[in-house]
This record gives sequence, structure tokens and C-alpha cells, in this order.
Amino acid sequence: MNNLSVQPNAIGRTVVRAEDVWKSYDDGAIAVLKGVNFDAAQGQTVALCGPSGCGKSTLLHLFGGLDTPDRGRICVNNVEVNRHRNLVQLLRHEVGFVFQLHNLIPDLTLEENCLIPTVAAGIDHRTAQARLHELTDRTGLTHRLGQRIQKLSGGERQRTALCRALMNRPRILLADEPTGSLDEHSSGLVFDLLLDIVATEGVTLVMATHDRGLAGRCDRLLEMHDGRIHE
Amino acid sequence: MIFLKLILTNLRRHRIRSLISIAGIAFSVAAMLTVVTVLQGAIGMFSGILSSDSEIIVFERNVSDLFFSNVPAAAVAEIASWPTVAHADPVLFGIVSSADHPIITCFGVTAADARIRKATWLFGNRLDFAHHSDDVVLGQRAAEFLGAKLGDHVPIGHGRFHVIGILKTANGFEDGGVFMPLSSAQSFFHKEGSSSVITVKLRNKDDDAAFKSMVKKNFPDLIGLEDAEFSRSYSQFKILNATAWAVGGCGLLLGGLGVANTMIMSVFARIREIAILRVNGFSRVQIAAMIFGESAVVSLLGAVAGLLTGTCLLFALKLVPALHGYVDVATRPVVMLAVILLALLTGIAGALYPAAYAMRIRAVEALRFE
Repeated sequence: MNNLSVQPNAIGRTVVRAEDVWKSYDDGAIAVLKGVNFDAAQGQTVALCGPSGCGKSTLLHLFGGLDTPDRGRICVNNVEVNRHRNLVQLLRHEVGFVFQLHNLIPDLTLEENCLIPTVAAGIDHRTAQARLHELTDRTGLTHRLGQRIQKLSGGERQRTALCRALMNRPRILLADEPTGSLDEHSSGLVFDLLLDIVATEGVTLVMATHDRGLAGRCDRLLEMHDGRIHE
Repeated sequence: MIFLKLILTNLRRHRIRSLISIAGIAFSVAAMLTVVTVLQGAIGMFSGILSSDSEIIVFERNVSDLFFSNVPAAAVAEIASWPTVAHADPVLFGIVSSADHPIITCFGVTAADARIRKATWLFGNRLDFAHHSDDVVLGQRAAEFLGAKLGDHVPIGHGRFHVIGILKTANGFEDGGVFMPLSSAQSFFHKEGSSSVITVKLRNKDDDAAFKSMVKKNFPDLIGLEDAEFSRSYSQFKILNATAWAVGGCGLLLGGLGVANTMIMSVFARIREIAILRVNGFSRVQIAAMIFGESAVVSLLGAVAGLLTGTCLLFALKLVPALHGYVDVATRPVVMLAVILLALLTGIAGALYPAAYAMRIRAVEALRFE
């Protein structure tokens, strides 16, 4: 069994932990994770690198409660996710997702897209608006609030997705190739923002990426291959 | 607000599909409203005939139709003599025909009957009624379609009758009917010495229970019912009412299938969007609420459009000369409310499977292939 559990650094307590996690698809025919151990501390930025299909996205999905492991334990804030009684609360308050494709709803405006998590969580309008303006000010999107998604550039869309993911002040941001669909320049800008915001807000970032240049800027870079993590 | 916008956005995104669904519900609601209102109007008119200046109807127990009821003249005489009774009027119903008009309602009544006394006489004098056995009084509409004037002799059924009056009434059955002296009608319909019903007015309305008991005791073959009670219990009315709601319900069911189809298409077309909402914290219940919300909006818009269409249709029917007096277009609020509620329920039922499907969508599978 791979045993590369990482000790939390001085930044804070462990907020995400995977213990001997196994996951396969097609009734076990495709084994993606083979006993993964992982943990990340509060405020830490962790990059997961590895070839396509090595299980990076699967691991992020498990952390976010979108999928369940075949074996092993996933804990977020010391609560086991696969036994979490209320996964909805996890998605509303504990974790935020940013995907390679922005996954915004095209017929809504930037503002409306960002407010979706607050609607889901039942956060009052005034609080939601204050948070929205705080995030869009930081990401330079305030002047685009009323724009529909189709009218935004790729970089703006990804920044919008970032704002949406952070609206409910999650403790963990799970980013799956967050700059994968952007050109080099936009990619750099979005990643700078991402690091800046997670640092300011004390959010733990777990990011899957192929870009080793970006991965190198995280606190930790973990290699994934053959269904295991190697630091 | 955004929740509502999510609902409306999706309906707007597929305008044609949404409009077809709304039209489906609208036509169903219009059909239901029209059928129910027309039939209930007809029932109301028939009840109106029976309850002219009376509170209680006495007729033969266990008959399927009042046309088959036989109340003996002796019963009429005795009931009229009871101290609680202000007046008791025998009425004999019959159906006659004439050229081009196969069904004309015929009322055999006495000169004292409220239908004669209280009607607006356009031509003739009510004091002349029942002086001769071949005298008839026509309703205004009957006079029109028979082409008869005061003093004419008109062929009705197997006889010829002298028109001694034309009267106007708001009731379509009476306005299109023929009034004969009771004895003439008994002879004409071979029901000598009997009538179909007795319409009874009591001196004191509170004596109704006692009156009904006396009828039961003295005439076991007869039954006395208050007008409202009769309307509720008369099997013909119940059949008509049930038919109206069943026909309307079938229409609404078709509309509901349209909504179901739209909602299924809507869910299938945005599996990914639903997955995004789930990832952003939407619970299964919130997803279902969104789907039900969409179908509720479609149903409500359809119901409103249907009510407007149905009301216009009813007014159009009222303007058709052949139906004049037969169609009561006054839509009862309770019917409108029932139709809206049924439309909503149909819409919600139509969204049951789509909502269940949407609730089962797994975000991880929907988002895996970007």
C-alpha cells in the first residue's frame, strides 16, 4: 500500500484526508485509484500532476462527495465524506469546485451564475451581494456583472467560475485543470488570482493540472500514476 | 429570484416547446370549462323549471327520469289540502315533435301555475289559458322556430293546437317549450289523471322536514325533496355532471401528457446544467422544485389562457341563435377554481417522472466527459 501521507505543515490543521482509497469503474475492470493516501492542511495549496486517466479528477470528485470510494475513507474537516449524512451541506459550505470548462449556465448573467451557491444555501440577498462584489472586485469582473456568459472571454468565464466556487466561503477549493482551457497569458492571470484569493481567505486548494509550471507554484506537488500518489 | 429565473429561463430557452405545452393545457382547460359550464347551465335551467315559485318537488320514488314519473291526481288534491302547504302545482312533462324540430319540451300545467302566472306575456292574456283543450301557449323561441303567431293553429305531434299566447322566459327549456292545459297534456300523452311532479310551496319553509315525512307516510310510492336536494341527488344530473367532468378530465389528461413530454425533454436536454446545480449545492429537493416550478408555470399560463379562451367560446355559443336560452354562460367561480386546480395538478403529475429523473442525475457522471 502506498503510504505517502503528508504531515500537515505549519499552516493549519488537516482539512482533507484520504486513507487507503480505492476506486474502479466498469465493475472493477478499470482500477483508477489503488490505495491512495493523502492529506492537506488548512490554507495549503496542493497540485496533483500526472497523465490523463491517472485518477486526479476522480480523487477530486471523491473529496467533494460527488462519488464514493470502493474502499477506504475520505474525510473533510474530520467528517467522513462517504458516510457523510448530508453531502449537500458539504457542497454548500465546505468545498467549492472549479472545472476545466467553466461549467457556467449560459443563459444567466455573470452575477446570477455566481449567486447560484447562495440560492442553494439559502443565504440572504444582502450578504450574497456583498460577497459577490467582494469577489468580483478582486477578480476585476464587477463591470461585467450584468453580462451573459456568452459575452465573456475565456479568462472572464474562468474567473467567474472561481468567484462562484468561493461564494459560500468554502474551506476547500477543488480545481480540476482550472486553466486547462485558457491560453498561456490568461492561464497565468487566472492562476495568479487563484493563488492570491486562496492565500487571503485561508482556503485549501487541491488542484489537478498538467501544467508543471503552475504546479510548481503550489506549496506541494504530488505526482499521480499507477493509481497512487508520489510526492 | 434566481430560482424563479432558472425556471423561466429554461421555458424561454425552448419557447416553441413551452408554447405548445401551454397551448395543450389551454385547449384542455377551455374544453373542460365549456363542457362543464354548458352542462351545468342546462342542469341549472332544468332545476329552475322545477323550482319555479316552490321549495319542494314531489315525484314517484325510484324513477330514473322525471318523464317516467306518475303522481296521481288524488295525491295532488290531498297534498294541496295540507295546512302547511301554500300551493301545490302538478306539472306533466312530455316531449313532442314538429317538422324540423324533433324535440320540443311540453309542460302540462294549470292556470294557477307560476310558470304561467309569473312569465312575461308578449302576446295574449294569461287569463285565457286553459279555457279550451286545444289551447297552447308558446315560449318565445318556440314561436320563432315554429313560425307561429298569436291565433295561429300549429301542428305539434299528432295534433293541431291554437296559439293563445306567447310568453318570454329566461329559461331556455321554457322559452323553447309548449305550455298546455294539464288536462289536455294528460290526454295528449295518454296519462289521464296523473302528472310528473308536484311543485310545492310551503307556508313556512321550516316545515320542510315535516312535509317530507308526511309524504313518505301517506304516499309510500312518492318522495318529496327540496329543490337543492333534488338537484344533488337526481341521477340524470349526476350522470350529466360526471360526464362533463370526465370529458374535461380526458382533455386535461392529454394536456398533462404534453406537459410531461415537455418536462422530460427539458430534463434530458440539460442534464449537465442540473449536475452543475448539484455541484453548487442544490439539493435533490431543490432540483425537483425547479422542475415542478416549470411545469406549474406552464400549467398556470395554460390555465389562464384556457379560461380566457373558454369564456370567449361560451360567449360565442351564447350568440348562436339556435342555442339562445339553452346555454347559460355564467361561469361559476367554483368551476373556474376547480379547473385551475385540475390544470395545476395535471401539470404537477406530468412533472413527476421528469423530476424523479432529474433528482437521480449523478453530477460526477454528467460532468466526467467535458
